[in-house]
Amino acid sequence: MGRHVVLIEDEPNITEAIRFLLMRDGWSVDAHTDGATAVEVIRDAGPDLVILDLMLPGKSGLEIVRELRAEQGMQGLPVLMLTARGQMRDREMAEKAGVTRFMTKPFSNAEVLTAVRDLHAQAGQG
Amino acid sequence: MARDTLTGSRIRERRLILGMRQAELAREAGISASYLNLIEHNRRRIGGKLLVGIAGVLGVEPSMLSEGAEAALISTLREAAADSGVPVAELDRVDEFAGRFPGWAEVLAAGHRRIATLERTVETLSDRLTHDPNLAASVHEVLSTAAAIRSTASILAETGELEPEWRDRFHKNLNQDSLRLSESSRELVSFLDEDGMGADRRGMPQEEAEAFFQGNGFHFPALEDGSATPEDLVREARDLTGGAARSLAQAALAQYQTDARAMPQKALEQEISASGINPVILAGRFNCGLPTVLRRLAALPEEMLGQEAGLVICDASGTLLFRKPVTGFAMPRFGASCPLWPLYTALVNPHVPVRRNVVQHGRNAAAFDCMATAWMQKQPDFGEDPLYRAVMLILPGAKDAEDPQPVGASCRICPRQACPARREPSILKEEF
Repeated sequence: MGRHVVLIEDEPNITEAIRFLLMRDGWSVDAHTDGATAVEVIRDAGPDLVILDLMLPGKSGLEIVRELRAEQGMQGLPVLMLTARGQMRDREMAEKAGVTRFMTKPFSNAEVLTAVRDLHAQAGQG
Repeated sequence: MARDTLTGSRIRERRLILGMRQAELAREAGISASYLNLIEHNRRRIGGKLLVGIAGVLGVEPSMLSEGAEAALISTLREAAADSGVPVAELDRVDEFAGRFPGWAEVLAAGHRRIATLERTVETLSDRLTHDPNLAASVHEVLSTAAAIRSTASILAETGELEPEWRDRFHKNLNQDSLRLSESSRELVSFLDEDGMGADRRGMPQEEAEAFFQGNGFHFPALEDGSATPEDLVREARDLTGGAARSLAQAALAQYQTDARAMPQKALEQEISASGINPVILAGRFNCGLPTVLRRLAALPEEMLGQEAGLVICDASGTLLFRKPVTGFAMPRFGASCPLWPLYTALVNPHVPVRRNVVQHGRNAAAFDCMATAWMQKQPDFGEDPLYRAVMLILPGAKDAEDPQPVGASCRICPRQACPARREPSILKEEF
């Protein structure tokens, strides 16, 4: 079975670029823009990994992670958070909420790919 | 020592403020000088009728002497001690300190109040930078667009064989995002320039004076025809609110007036239409110095000069005193500018005319014809060191611009990493 990632990002061109990169790397990508329905989408999709923007319409990335972590079976799900807010305080809040890795925009494609592969391997699914 | 036992110290302090001798006060109060001396050194308690009498002679309320005006002062001193984080051994003697040395105590308390005010300002600004929704949204937009461009451009550059459908889509995205980036970055700059922070900056005297010149297009017809004086213009200028700004503006206008008298507008206009913008020839025609010519050319309306003209003036420390911006030539609003500007070459070679074609780093970099010279502010006396100022006229569209000298605006925002004049690291990368 292929590796599956859910990408929640409201910036369509970032979504397109990440989708392209991950598909080339053998991932199937399920992309969404709305924060409000993100938890439900992730729950239904049961992905190997989640990539999440911090600032999303409807619900913030942090809220989504907190809700995910409160659900059974979601504690170990790797979550890569992408954000334009790179201050130490944002990073600490993300870690506290349960984000596995935090990446600030603008990031390089290589950084995203490496992070996704690492997180997947660390989760013992690689 | 308890506060109410310091009545004597307060009497002494008040008497000294009034310049009254101890014997004089004693006589007025109907007591002996030696008894007053004991009171003033807090060796005798005082109250009742005598206190009222002494207070009357000293022209204060009795409570000022018995309780002191320092209740608030003492409270502030206690706060200062607590906030200092340093163990203060004599905290129990704060009353005595305030009573014996009210002047010094007030200095300390004023310092503490000032620190508190500044801390609040720092907190407000910091909070604004962190939480201002407009600023956050603007920065977020810029960074998100930059992320999209970076990812898309990397895919296009690094992916060997890209299907035409994907390639076309990425090209389209890149085009959209580059437009968005230029819009959002312009909005961000405009926000930082014009919003609340900008208003604070305009509060700075030089900024305020420059805004006044900018508002008048750097040209003052009333000074040209002599119908007003610099004082008149400053008095009528509503934009100039601070005393320092008014003083700066008046000094600059006085220089303008002197220059206008040396080179009347009509005659200058005729010379320029006859022989073009040649500062050395103009200096000869009007029998004036090159600095006057350069300042004067920048003060002419664009339609009269036939082109835009920028101007910068610095003092001997290199600090910019005056800036008339010109399109495409970046000047720092704060801090030091690029040491490679011909302005500074002129500053270290006083009275020598310096002319260089320069270009500032950037995608649409244009060449500028810069003419600079330094002059002595005033004739020094024997043994006195001369003080120089330098001026640089900046004209767009350098004619002989085959190999213009690269310059920046200031190190902090200059991408030329290997520049020999660099004094601090840049926040920009070379390829920016």
